[in-house]
Amino acid sequence: MLTVDAIAKGIVLDHIRAGTGIRIFERLGLRSVEYPVALVMNVPSSKMGRKDIIKISDTLALDLTLLGLLGPDITVSYIDEGKVTEKVKIGLPERVEGLIECKNPRCISSYERHGRSLFTLVDSKTKEYQCFYCGERVRV
Amino acid sequence: MRGPSNANAADWNGRHFIDSLDLSPPEYEALFDVANRIKEGPSNYSSRCVGKLMATLFYEPSTRTRLSFEAAMMRLGGQVLTVSDVATSSVAKGESLADTIRTVGGYADLIVMRHPREGAARLAALYAPVPLINGGDGAREHPTQTLTDMYTIRTFKDRLDDLTVAFCGDLRYGRTVHSLIKALARRSGIRFVLISPEELRLPNATKEEVLASGSGVKIQESIRMEDGLRDCDLLYMTRIQKERFFNEEDYIKLRDTYVLTPEKMKEANKDAIIMHPLPRVTEISPEVDEDERAIYFQQARLGMLVRMALIIRLLEEE
Repeated sequence: MLTVDAIAKGIVLDHIRAGTGIRIFERLGLRSVEYPVALVMNVPSSKMGRKDIIKISDTLALDLTLLGLLGPDITVSYIDEGKVTEKVKIGLPERVEGLIECKNPRCISSYERHGRSLFTLVDSKTKEYQCFYCGERVRV
Repeated sequence: MRGPSNANAADWNGRHFIDSLDLSPPEYEALFDVANRIKEGPSNYSSRCVGKLMATLFYEPSTRTRLSFEAAMMRLGGQVLTVSDVATSSVAKGESLADTIRTVGGYADLIVMRHPREGAARLAALYAPVPLINGGDGAREHPTQTLTDMYTIRTFKDRLDDLTVAFCGDLRYGRTVHSLIKALARRSGIRFVLISPEELRLPNATKEEVLASGSGVKIQESIRMEDGLRDCDLLYMTRIQKERFFNEEDYIKLRDTYVLTPEKMKEANKDAIIMHPLPRVTEISPEVDEDERAIYFQQARLGMLVRMALIIRLLEEE
């Protein structure tokens, strides 16, 4: 099996649904960083069958809202001196600002310059969000 | 409305009125009490808002709503700043809604705004330094029409519970319908009969929201007007609104689906009331106006009285 070195200090994103790792890699802007990063795809997993993993050898500030939207099942492990200091299962964010576009063509948020989109989670089972302004619902 | 939801005067200070559900049922009742007192002794209230200024910002035309608010404020002794051409002035210059609201909020003590975009009032309220009343935002909300409607029902039926309420016409885009349905769904013993063409049915999301409210509301849907007339306590007629359609063809096809005539009125209960948010076009024939159950013009007057009550409450100093 392919091996990637353990990191001494940084972040590991685990339990990424297989095939979506590359999108998350891109959205987090990891293509253009200068420190070592690894995207491992199709790793065998007892829970998920296959999964993707991202290892980041730096302590960047992650946008957990964005990450939660892209993959609510992802676990984030913070590593220091080779040990896991904190492990977080992200889940779907309750409130999402500026990341989801309202599909309602009549909504003020798609029209007003100050109308940064704002959505709140209404149903985590169906992954349904509601526009704060017009009430339109979307599934992420 | 933001802030706590009990009916003490102090709790109204600095609040907005954006959504018909911003007010709790007891707060509705409290406003109706004030409106009743105004109706009984208008002169007692004619100086209530002296020195206060209300700005009306209408991004789409609505003579009726604007006049109702302006008459309400002037009858309270307050003054009115009207920006009737806001859509062609500040918007044309590229000013954002947020900036307009912050600027006007510096001049006036209260803002009434109508905007064609859904959720516009909610956005405006984030920036308004003074109380803001939603005078209608797109197809979404028109909460003071709901106040008017609830007050009218209270006045004519003497109750807001145990009612069979029929809605007829455009239930899809008709915001007055959505708001009133949600407000009534918080009462007990309410049964709705929803009459509309297939294309203009009440949106599922609204229906689910109402049914999930837990108050035991019953909903019956029909495309026949007669199904609503029989055994209803009130029939709420609506206009099929041209401005909600993207193309004229669809509008013309649906415009004359329902017309309430004296003939049809024979099927309605003797003590049923006929309401309409106005303006009426073809959906109620003028002969029906003579029927004492047709109360839509009285409804408009009650709307002014209850808007007076709302203005008083929102401007009340602690």
